[in-house]
Amino acid sequence: MFALVNLSYLTAAVFFILGIKGMTKPKTAVRGNQLSAIGMLIAVTAALLHHDIIGFTTIIAGILLGSSIGALLAKRTAMTSMPELVASLNGVGGGASLAVAGSTWLTAIAANSVVTGVWSAAILASIVIGAITLSGSVVAVLKLKGTIGDSKRARQWQLITAASLVGILACASMMFGEGQLSSLVLLAIVGLCLLLGVGLVQPIGGADMPVVVALLNAYSGLAGAATGFVLENQGLIITGSLVGASGLILTAVMCKAMNRSLPNVLFGGAFGPQADTQSKSNDSEFYDGKVKYATPDDLALLLDGARSVVMVPGYGLAVAQAQHAVKELANQLEARGAKVSYAIHPVAGRMPGHMNVLLAEAEIPYDQLKDMDTINPELPQADVAIVLGANDVVNPAAAEDPNSPIFGMPILDVHKAKTVVNVKRSLSPGFAGIPNSLFIRDNSLMVKGDAKEVLQATTSAIKEL
Amino acid sequence: MEMLVLSFTIFILALFVGVELINKVPPTLHTPLMSGTNAISGIVIVGAIVSAGTNHLSPTVASVLGFIAVTLASINIVAGFMVTDRMLNMFKQKG
Repeated sequence: MFALVNLSYLTAAVFFILGIKGMTKPKTAVRGNQLSAIGMLIAVTAALLHHDIIGFTTIIAGILLGSSIGALLAKRTAMTSMPELVASLNGVGGGASLAVAGSTWLTAIAANSVVTGVWSAAILASIVIGAITLSGSVVAVLKLKGTIGDSKRARQWQLITAASLVGILACASMMFGEGQLSSLVLLAIVGLCLLLGVGLVQPIGGADMPVVVALLNAYSGLAGAATGFVLENQGLIITGSLVGASGLILTAVMCKAMNRSLPNVLFGGAFGPQADTQSKSNDSEFYDGKVKYATPDDLALLLDGARSVVMVPGYGLAVAQAQHAVKELANQLEARGAKVSYAIHPVAGRMPGHMNVLLAEAEIPYDQLKDMDTINPELPQADVAIVLGANDVVNPAAAEDPNSPIFGMPILDVHKAKTVVNVKRSLSPGFAGIPNSLFIRDNSLMVKGDAKEVLQATTSAIKEL
Repeated sequence: MEMLVLSFTIFILALFVGVELINKVPPTLHTPLMSGTNAISGIVIVGAIVSAGTNHLSPTVASVLGFIAVTLASINIVAGFMVTDRMLNMFKQKG
């Protein structure tokens, strides 16, 4: 029986691997996701056959409760809030690992088990990673929602982080030194780790949340793998490390797209120099009289003659829920024979691939979505590039000004298009907090306003031409 | 100890498989990839089920934690797979 259960876990892991393999192409992705779901069903069934289980009431109640909450979340969440949902699910996953580890610990105390060093290390890892993922995700979700702003007390958080680390080490040494388990030590470790999670994420700026969400995704997987070590369950280890690898790769992709190292993202807020507040006062001087404003009617006239148009969506598009308005304008332009494509910067939006999902929701074919390396050589031939609520990812200073704080960050070369139209609510700086020299270029026009309203006005103006 | 070496071997090999596989996922699908991996990290439910179901007659803190773990993992599994399916179907419609 034991062998059969373990073989089922292995089968489930194979299904997960095949499922992720399906995710490598949009056409096979739905099937891939279904394969993963079948794998999960196999694993759950196998777990229910475990010979130690004496009561099913709690299990079934938990599954029913969790499934209804999950189904509700999946149905209700708008595509624009996907980053918040994924960040919450990271935290839930971490919490689940933490609860399993805590329960296993208490059961071991009750049974007076003699524990090995390996077991202790594994359960400690499971608790530490699980708790950090849980509390860190809560902070990340609140930051994504804008409920908490950027911390001005990064140094204090740094102290709290250090103090909780020392506390965890003390607890761990007690645990290993005495070879004794106590529920008091468990409680202390969990509390300190939760605090550590908050201390680690709180000093990181809201702009860097995509990286944090990807990293917490990795942690939630690694917490699962650690639980696998505790329970000596290889299926759990395989699956946890798959998820861990996925999160780590996405973290690396994000960091590369921002031209920053992971330590810089994670600790820049707490250990780096405090951001200077001077740049803001220079903004009005920087832009003074040099920005050319246009109206949606001007934009319509401009687009009427364009053969090739590139849309550059940014977070502003998500905020304005303008994905359907983009599609309407694109339909008009395509009806007039123009070629429309979409340039997607890897860090556009609030999580990896967020823009692609929003545009897919508006039924824009995914083969019109171009990544940075594909679209950059095509931009000099584009008649019009429309920047929709993006800022730092199109700032030419990243390519041209060695003194700029974002110098070296890969950008979309929209300034090379014949005309760039920036649709933006204000001239306020992007996440990097620096003015954008794109707005004062000769080939650049600014249409002030909400992305959705501007696009709708332009679409109706074009229809009247 | 032997078990640990074996488990560790599996852990490292699985990491490599994961890296190889996920590097091939196009950026377009990165958001569904994240929600999909959220779902499969719900695999911790197998540990949760054992924690929730093996406890002695009276409810203990351990079995309450087991119940919480089963609930949380179920949220992950159901929300993860359903929302991933919702997103992927938007990509499937055309192309």
